[in-house]
Amino acid sequence: MNASASRFPRWLSPVALLAVAYGVLPLVGSSYLFEAILTPFLALSLAAVGLNLLTGYAGQVSLGSAAFMAVGAFAAYNFNLRVHGLPLLASLVLAGLVATALGVVFGLPSLRLRGFYLAVSTLAAQFFVEWALTKFSWFSNNNPSGVIDAPSLRIFGFSFDSSIGRYLFALTIVVVLTGLAQRLVDTQTGHNFIAVRDNELAAKVIGVPVLRTKLLAFAISSFIIGVAGALWAFAYLRTVEPAGFNLDRSFQIVFIIIIGGLASIRGAFFGAALLAVFPLILSRVGSYLLGDRFDSGVLDMSQRLVLGSLIIFFLIAEPDGLVALWDRLKRRLLPMPNNP
Amino acid sequence: MPDFDPLFFAEVLVGGLLAGVMYSLVAIGFVLIYKTSRVLNFAQGSMVLLAALTFVSLLERGVPFWASLLLALAAMVLLGLAIERTVLRPLVNKPPITLFMATLGLSYVIEGVAQLVWGTQVHGLDLGIDDKPFEVGGILISKFDLVAAGIAAAMVALLTGFFRYTRIGLAFRAAADDQFAAFAVGLRLTRIWATAWVAAGVVALVAGLLWGARLGVQFSLSFVVLKALPVLVLGGFDSIIGAIVGGLIIGAGEKLSEVYIGPFFGGGIESWFAYVIALVFLLVRPAGLFGQQLVESA
Repeated sequence: MNASASRFPRWLSPVALLAVAYGVLPLVGSSYLFEAILTPFLALSLAAVGLNLLTGYAGQVSLGSAAFMAVGAFAAYNFNLRVHGLPLLASLVLAGLVATALGVVFGLPSLRLRGFYLAVSTLAAQFFVEWALTKFSWFSNNNPSGVIDAPSLRIFGFSFDSSIGRYLFALTIVVVLTGLAQRLVDTQTGHNFIAVRDNELAAKVIGVPVLRTKLLAFAISSFIIGVAGALWAFAYLRTVEPAGFNLDRSFQIVFIIIIGGLASIRGAFFGAALLAVFPLILSRVGSYLLGDRFDSGVLDMSQRLVLGSLIIFFLIAEPDGLVALWDRLKRRLLPMPNNP
Repeated sequence: MPDFDPLFFAEVLVGGLLAGVMYSLVAIGFVLIYKTSRVLNFAQGSMVLLAALTFVSLLERGVPFWASLLLALAAMVLLGLAIERTVLRPLVNKPPITLFMATLGLSYVIEGVAQLVWGTQVHGLDLGIDDKPFEVGGILISKFDLVAAGIAAAMVALLTGFFRYTRIGLAFRAAADDQFAAFAVGLRLTRIWATAWVAAGVVALVAGLLWGARLGVQFSLSFVVLKALPVLVLGGFDSIIGAIVGGLIIGAGEKLSEVYIGPFFGGGIESWFAYVIALVFLLVRPAGLFGQQLVESA
């Protein structure tokens, strides 16, 4: 893609990352690292990859990501519960497909609405799904408060129930889907997404099927976000209620792609890393500075304050997100001999 | 379901219409900002929260009613000026959706600050308007709702007069018509934006007091933004009249559907039904009832 190929082959950094993620981290990491940081990071990254395809690449703003995460989680739970002998991976794929179907339905307004009007209409998905999952206890197998418990994670007889196991389970699914997403953006379909985002009329003129492209973006994005929701429920929290997928969660995913970088698959991971780590840092720093006065209420509010400021800061100072910062840093540290 | 009772229907309808006025009250704040700067201000809800929280906290610390009101007003004015300076000005000429995201961040900041300063507990707010329902032609009407409707009407009249008869109001309308033309003839857009945000802050204070008296002043007060969005979609983002009519339609539709359709779904449908009304409507008229034009995507 660029001159960096002359010094490092393009495949090097993904392979190195995978080697660390699979080879090094499981040997050196503590269970706290896996359970509190890496697994939620992976699930959020995947959801952000899904939203970035829709919003970053195809230009359709959605404020309802958490709804599709919820659908993925609850659908996976129900497939696993009600269809006996269904392999876990099959329930995950089916859950993704249920989220896809719903994504297409709630994507239909995009055929006529744009910008703010579309963003507001995606809120309908958010509130409808939260209501339906709470209202109809069938979805949570008649649990009075709508809570679901994750099943044991077994694939081909291997158990992934330890904290490292759940991490590896999430990691593998995230790697596969991210790889597919990265492939997608380099294909004609990916280019169609960008064409529709940049100029709908021009896209139509050069023969891009605009309506189909928009619905496809909603479909693919919802599938990925749905699987991410299932990971969030099964690999990270283990016990989830519909309120865990509220509007704040949707905004969190939006914030991840803004901070990480719109229209960048890597950006989703950068943003998710920041959002997974910063509450922990904030709580350490806060209790160090303020001691007992830094209770959970204050923590929650300072989190909102810092997060909101970060969003405004990035929009003003670095609209291309952490990815752009990272690339600039890399250029400075590793000057290209043939590209000064 | 029992037989259809026209009197009961009228009572639900009137209740809904009056509740709708409360939605309009929040929506008007959006319209002021959208008209002049083409920003959909998601932070309007948190401004409502901040205004009400500031007022009620001062009141509870023994500050007299009018002084609290003035101080809360001053806080909203300062907030409006600060937002224009630190958020809007650096983001000028950015796509509308970027500005929308910025207001999303802004709403987090305001909510965080409001509750770090004033705490997270729930405050009761008594404005001295008693909420005893009284009867008109066999229909029970809440006095509080009626007063709220009166205040909203007064505010709309005031804003309309301001837009029509003052110099700065004229500048507002010029900026709303065509920002570049307004800029070209020498209007200072930054000052107009600042004024619009200040005005929206004042509207937020009024809405905050009325909503706060109704629901109690607490974090969930900022969720009124979610009630106002369907109203805006229905009425068009840039029309004050639209905000009023949209509010009335949503309010009435919500209450009627809750009573007559809700039971079939097991109730509690008001969280999303307003959005469905707005969506169905949008599919027919994509610019809303009174909207100027189709909002282009970023």
